[in-house]
Amino acid sequence: MGLLTWTRRAVLGGAAALALGLPAAAQTPPGVLVVGQVAEPQALDPHAVTAVNDFRILMNVYDGLVRYASGTLEVEPALATDWEISDDGTVYTFNLRDGVSFHDGTPFNAEAVVFNFERMLNEDHPYHDTGPFPLSFFFSAVESVEALDDLTVQFTLSSPYAPFLSNLAYPTGLIVSPQAVMDNGQDFGRNPSGTGAFRFVEWRSNEAVVVERNPDYWDGAPELEAVVFRPITDANTRVAEMLSGGIDLMVEVPPVALSEFQGDAFNVVEQAGPHVWFLILNMREGPFTEQAVRQAANYAINKEALVNDVLEGTAAVAAGPTPPAFAWAYNEDLDPYPYDPDRARELLAEAGMEAPEVTFYVTEGGSGMLDPVAMGTAIQADLEAVGFDVTIETYEWNTFLGRVNPGLEGEADMAEMAWMTNDPDTLPYLTLRTEAMPDNGGFNSGYYSNPEVDALLEEARTATDQDTRAALYREMQTIVQEDAPWVFVANWVQNAVTSDRVENFALEPSFFLLLDDVVKN
Amino acid sequence: MAGYILKRLLSAIPVLFGISVIVFLIMALIPGDPATAILGSFATPENVERLNADLGLDKPKWQQFFIWLGNMLQGDFGRSFALNRPVLDEVLERFGATLVLAGTSFVLCSILGIIAGVISAANQYGWADKGITFVVLLGISIPSFFLGMMMILIFAVQLRVLPASGMWPIYGDHNLWVLLRHLAMPALALSVVATGVIARLARSAMLEVLRQDFIRTARAKGVHERGVVWRHALRAAMVSIIPVLGIQAGFVLSGAVYIEVVFQWPGIGRMLVDAILRRDILLVQGGVVFVAACYVLFNIVVDVAQSMLDPRIKT
Repeated sequence: MGLLTWTRRAVLGGAAALALGLPAAAQTPPGVLVVGQVAEPQALDPHAVTAVNDFRILMNVYDGLVRYASGTLEVEPALATDWEISDDGTVYTFNLRDGVSFHDGTPFNAEAVVFNFERMLNEDHPYHDTGPFPLSFFFSAVESVEALDDLTVQFTLSSPYAPFLSNLAYPTGLIVSPQAVMDNGQDFGRNPSGTGAFRFVEWRSNEAVVVERNPDYWDGAPELEAVVFRPITDANTRVAEMLSGGIDLMVEVPPVALSEFQGDAFNVVEQAGPHVWFLILNMREGPFTEQAVRQAANYAINKEALVNDVLEGTAAVAAGPTPPAFAWAYNEDLDPYPYDPDRARELLAEAGMEAPEVTFYVTEGGSGMLDPVAMGTAIQADLEAVGFDVTIETYEWNTFLGRVNPGLEGEADMAEMAWMTNDPDTLPYLTLRTEAMPDNGGFNSGYYSNPEVDALLEEARTATDQDTRAALYREMQTIVQEDAPWVFVANWVQNAVTSDRVENFALEPSFFLLLDDVVKN
Repeated sequence: MAGYILKRLLSAIPVLFGISVIVFLIMALIPGDPATAILGSFATPENVERLNADLGLDKPKWQQFFIWLGNMLQGDFGRSFALNRPVLDEVLERFGATLVLAGTSFVLCSILGIIAGVISAANQYGWADKGITFVVLLGISIPSFFLGMMMILIFAVQLRVLPASGMWPIYGDHNLWVLLRHLAMPALALSVVATGVIARLARSAMLEVLRQDFIRTARAKGVHERGVVWRHALRAAMVSIIPVLGIQAGFVLSGAVYIEVVFQWPGIGRMLVDAILRRDILLVQGGVVFVAACYVLFNIVVDVAQSMLDPRIKT
């Protein structure tokens, strides 16, 4: 029995030690914002990365020549104060902001801008080997960049390309310090230097990226002393950290966890973004070669139920191929296909289709794919209810892309897909043109072809006047909705949660995270 | 002895070569490539081709293999595409974190498991035995990742006494105390199943020993019961407990993968999972080869140690 008293005593002693020894978890200090990120960043070199996760940090450390005006996807001046576009739309001349310095102290000027674009685009540039630069094709239309004087820089394009300004506002267009690139070479991505509201302090691998207030910021020094970006890849753990006070702000809250954050201790912020979630329909073979059948699928699927029940309100029903976040180019007159199973059955009967067999590619995850498996099974059920015979095949994301991107012919009749873009041109230009079929290097995996749409998109790309472009995109949306090469399903409403100590935080339609006005008590 | 060690080291070469070939083939055969993973939505064939050229992935596969192997022999494991840093730096850092977690867990499960087993055996069919058996079976039956999430909910979210995730606090000093606070939950969650297994086996090993004649002799000559159990019987039972500990060490190391994901522990298991999803070929290959080399080396050390201790093993 001596044995047992001994253990009991030990247990009690241990418990007491634990109770005394553990202070309550420390709260994050005021003025320091801790952000829960979804992954470890790849690099802090804006030209070398592609992930939204990395952009969230970069947009606070760097500036571009232009940026999206707060709350919109329209460009406004940033490091450039104003610009002129030649009448033929091929020469852009920017006047640069005077007196701006990089965090390393070197001046921002026209030569720095030239260095940035030469590094990305010119293979013979001495620092081109600090890449690779996967998104440099955003600027593939650029033929030359010249410094006219210290504060004037001129871009010459090989042909008119209207999305150019919008691409400059994208993180790939952010301006880095040439001196820092020269000093650090390949390691620039871990020793970044820009002109932004926050300057880089340290990057502790798999722990945190820390940036601090730039008191000399040209657009007014930020309120926060510092921001700490923590990578927390597991969504459940991210939620737990938010609930336990380990982070002050988290992005991409899983829909099922949103209910945890109701109440006064947290604020939930939402913002619809330039995102579309759709089903590609195979128009080259099988049942979806018939327009009636494609429309039937659009009527048959209960999109309201998908966004409200499956996604718990973290998305809105999509009406057409262009997300409403592109307010200036969005066609307000477009109504989504209503949920109307009877109409779907009629259309199927008209087309003479009885129980059309459909192979449906579903992905297990992937960027912007929301909740693809749950959505896929709900869609399957809706389609079967009106008479389709749907077989789901599920693949891991990269495998899925490998099967879908080369085209659906011989593979499937229908596939899930989602895109997030920065200009209304990108998505339709890469996925809906005859010229963009997979054999030509595009993403038109369903083989949609309509000469009218082709012409509208080409014209919109070369028109530099925004109103002209907008009219062309609106017309395109009407035609595409009628042709129904896709089932238009959802536009993601991005969400974030902050603790009640955080003020002045808003999400941007661009999905970037801008923290220069945020206050933390 | 030196000859034996040399022989064992030489025999490791074909094993490691085989592993390099296999891991290279697996990464070459799985669908999806790094350029597509990096480019995401923008992976047009043209862009993929251009990026592949930049990444050096446009060469024939066999050539890529020998370049990789050659560089590795010179200690250059290449650069991770997804993390933009040398593979070896990342692997070493991550492996260290895993060792801290798995090592602590292993110590915990060995001590707790043996104590529980011994108490069980010494009180066979008593209430202590029944209680411990119940708890141990419960522990074996709960998946460690589930237990981990529950612990986070209770200790981090509700009671707020322990940090929910990570290895170090994001601000403040790095010292042993803060490390222990971060280690407490993951190490415990990881050790629960192994503790149960060790406890069960320690119990049966002890029961067997406690029935032997020398125990009766010890009791007869008046040794205190605590001395009989802990000194005489346990020492004899250790012979059959130690091999179990060895197996559990491997279990704890591999089980660390789930725990690392749940607790965001910056270990090598989580690193490999992330790297596979991102098709970060060089990081996966380098990580696997490094871990395999460690296992091979560990086995050689164990064999050599055993041959030194046990004269029956011929060198």
